Amino acid sequence: MSYLKKIIHNCKQATYLIEKKSIKRLTLREAIELRIHLFGCSFCRIFQKQSHIINNLVKELFKSAMPPNSGLDDTFKKELQEKIEEELNK
Amino acid sequence: MLLNPHQWVSSHADYLYSFAITRINDEELAKDLVQETFLAALQKTGSFEGKSSERTWLTAILKNKIIDVYRKKSQGLKIIDNEEKESREVDFFEEDGHWKAEHGPKEFGIEDKDHLVNKEFEHILQKCMQKLPVLWKAVFTMKHIDEEATETICSELKVTASNFWVIIHRAKVNLRACLQKNWI
Repeated sequence: MSYLKKIIHNCKQATYLIEKKSIKRLTLREAIELRIHLFGCSFCRIFQKQSHIINNLVKELFKSAMPPNSGLDDTFKKELQEKIEEELNK
Repeated sequence: MLLNPHQWVSSHADYLYSFAITRINDEELAKDLVQETFLAALQKTGSFEGKSSERTWLTAILKNKIIDVYRKKSQGLKIIDNEEKESREVDFFEEDGHWKAEHGPKEFGIEDKDHLVNKEFEHILQKCMQKLPVLWKAVFTMKHIDEEATETICSELKVTASNFWVIIHRAKVNLRACLQKNWI
């Protein structure tokens, strides 16, 4: 298989580069390979879009995440503060 | 900026707890970590320089405790994890690297809407996150949520740099596939 063909077929490598790119700068060669691949591959173009959406959503999810009913109960808090006071008085 | 341990629980316990629970998904363990964080903090009040807020300082202590948990869990689960990895490696890709026909990404239908907060979608995303192997989830969270340096993650979780990239890639491929399976 020619070098170019390999790039065009290799979605595994392209998605790997998409993830790498979201974290650090790609080398020039990697960046070009990814561009060539994405130009011809609608699957990986969808993957790239969704990958960004997932990153953003996960971030928001963690920020806003106060799952209902999972707040600490008052007894636990009261006892915890008591433990702290105890330590302070040691 | 001074520390005020008399107010710690009322000021920070809920925050620290939610910080822990989103990362380790275990209520009892999260409670323990909150408690341990406060007790450890009391032991080292001298190291508080007042450069950051009290909450930031406490959160940093909690973060280290969470990393300990990640490390322990991922070591304890290493064998299972390897098996999981293989079975999970459902192989989304053909030998030549092309997507397998049944795994090719499809539109979710939410791609072009700005900031659409769809509860149902978020819920599925949360479930899919929980399905990731412990180590993958730890790496993913530390990178994408806590925005830690790659070198820090590698040394804290004892993964090699090349393994780090493999995990980052696999975590996303699996997470996305899980969303496609359960959303569409």
